[in-house]
Amino acid sequence: MKKLLMATAATALFASAASAEEIKLGVLLGFTGPAESLAPDMSEGIKLAVSEVSDSGKFLDGTTVSTVVGDSTCVDAAAAVAAGERQVTSDKVVGIIGALCSGATGAVFQSVALPNGIVMISPSATSPGLTTMEDDGLFFRASPSDARQGQIMTEVIMERGLKEVAVTYTNNDYGKGLADAFASAFTEAGGTVTVSVAHEDGKADYSAEVGAMASAGGEALVVVGYLDQGGPGIIRAALDTGAFDLFVLPDAMVGDSISDKFGDEIEGSFGQVPGTDSPGTGMLAELGAAAGYTGDAPYAPESYDAAALMLLAMQSAGSTDSSVYKDHVMKVANAPGEQIFPGELEKALEILAEGGEIDYVGGSAVELIEPGESAGNYREIEIKGGVFETVKYR
Amino acid sequence: MDFLNAIVALANFVIIPATVYGSQLALGALGVTLIYGILRFSNFAHGDTMAFGTMVTILITWWFQSMGINFGILPTALLALPFGIAITSLFLLGTDRVVYKFYREKKSEPVIFVIVSLGVMFMMNGIVRFIIGTGDQRFADGERFIISTREFKAMTGLQEGLAIRFTQGITVVTAIIVVAALFYFLNRTRTGKSMRAFSDNEDLALLSGINPERVVMVTWIIVAGLATIAGVLYGLDKTFKPFTYFQLLLPIFASAIVGGLGNPLGAIAGGFVIAFSEVSVTYAFKKVLGYLLPESLEPDSLVQLLSTDYKFAVSFVILIIVLLVKPTGLFKGKSV
Repeated sequence: MKKLLMATAATALFASAASAEEIKLGVLLGFTGPAESLAPDMSEGIKLAVSEVSDSGKFLDGTTVSTVVGDSTCVDAAAAVAAGERQVTSDKVVGIIGALCSGATGAVFQSVALPNGIVMISPSATSPGLTTMEDDGLFFRASPSDARQGQIMTEVIMERGLKEVAVTYTNNDYGKGLADAFASAFTEAGGTVTVSVAHEDGKADYSAEVGAMASAGGEALVVVGYLDQGGPGIIRAALDTGAFDLFVLPDAMVGDSISDKFGDEIEGSFGQVPGTDSPGTGMLAELGAAAGYTGDAPYAPESYDAAALMLLAMQSAGSTDSSVYKDHVMKVANAPGEQIFPGELEKALEILAEGGEIDYVGGSAVELIEPGESAGNYREIEIKGGVFETVKYR
Repeated sequence: MDFLNAIVALANFVIIPATVYGSQLALGALGVTLIYGILRFSNFAHGDTMAFGTMVTILITWWFQSMGINFGILPTALLALPFGIAITSLFLLGTDRVVYKFYREKKSEPVIFVIVSLGVMFMMNGIVRFIIGTGDQRFADGERFIISTREFKAMTGLQEGLAIRFTQGITVVTAIIVVAALFYFLNRTRTGKSMRAFSDNEDLALLSGINPERVVMVTWIIVAGLATIAGVLYGLDKTFKPFTYFQLLLPIFASAIVGGLGNPLGAIAGGFVIAFSEVSVTYAFKKVLGYLLPESLEPDSLVQLLSTDYKFAVSFVILIIVLLVKPTGLFKGKSV
């Protein structure tokens, strides 16, 4: 008994004294569901940042980091919350990177992260609603709010001389948020939204929705949907019935599965997706190629950045406690300090360990504004010759 | 000219889609109504039977495609369809042997059969998802359009375009052939007559020497055929996804009940009633009226009775009205 007690005491002592521990990060992305084709590259981006930090040996005196992956599904809030709950309570993660979609992000944050006081950084949730929610400073996103995307989309459309558009949006937080943000920006700029029709994801047939929009008319159709869900169904129905042949594609509609499916049928269609011409994206593309994934895929740079920001904030705070390092996220993301690009996390860890300051730029030129979201850089894209091509950066 | 434009716009967005959808519903409702008439229960597994049949057909289609077999301008799935029907028949007969036969021999109440079919539904649900996954599967090949909007506009010089897809044409033609064949079978052949006799009065039919097991077997085979054809046509025209087939159960049952459960003619009428109401109630008539009315009367609003979000509610509402006003359905069926 005495021996056991001593052993226990010794272990306890050892555990508290040893600063080199192993921590876990929760990765919560929509691996199944309407945006599933985005998730793999995003998840690889997170893992790349995590392994870079963990392998450097310079993170919090040699603390190693591993990831626990969960499926936030995008549409099933209950499943997302259950996955988050498991990560927090049984895997004891120190922070969550996720979720992919706005609805899942809000749900997981409200029912898991906030009550447990865990920091959550989403690489891709863009609903304007997340800006105003009560978050105790625990919620960040490496992606901009759609209020900003609405303005950018207005500029992109206006520059092409289009004044009348119809809008369809996927009936959830993301779709409604972006559609509303766009409608108000577009109307303010002198354009007309002929009709704004919601569509449910996962239906086999969208001819009724397209019929209503065709009746309302418009020079182009803004499809605020998901590329693996209702989005292509709407485009297919619109093309088949000859209702529209020009489409405006916001972020969640930009991906190879759209250009593979339609190719030159939607030649000239255009849109925007978060992205930047900062050298970071190119560097991440190279790093990704070496690691076997597409480093500059939609939201993959943001994912890398989200993970990097969380770990650098811990280093800056010298703690993995959410209530401590939450105040350091903005600090490492913004000036002043030395600029940090992808692949330079080791250098950043060193600077922070010595008490210096960094300005994390990363793969998406991330600049956090209050209350903890990216200011937003966009890449304007257009379908040329059946593939997405970058027109310019905004 | 404006009048023609109005008609073309209406045809393109209401008449053609509703006719095609109606044909698909009618074929589905025929299966439900046959089971209700002859086996005397509402088969909740019907939507998933359609999914199973379609899945088998898709797998065979892919196999054919990989061997380079195709059907010219028609979709390869039509070649695979007979095999799909055969396998689905075996599957349904197996289900009957393992599950329903037990309750039939015990002479269970219809409501027990309904619950049993619910169980079968969940099993089929799982099997289909297990084999082919939950995602969208596209298996349509061959020509896409009989006439596309661009060709139509060039041909007629009208402002409005009209598109008819090959799958839409195939759906309607196939539905007509299948329905004609079914009615010939039920009214003219010995087996068909014995099935109707069994449906009208089971005891009398048994006394006159009709073999009940044979009637049951033939019914399941026909139902497998109807379900597979309906499912494949729906999948070709739209897309195959197990969950949407499960959702089809509501409009299909609404069609069967509106027409009068157990009455094949009613099932067809019901299918078209549901399809046309679903499409036309949610259609925005602004454009059509814009062509028809003089400029001063042109509507500013969309002239849409219900937003498209409420599409599914339409079949519910019709179902409720029919059950309240005429529980036996438009054609004389059995009351539920």
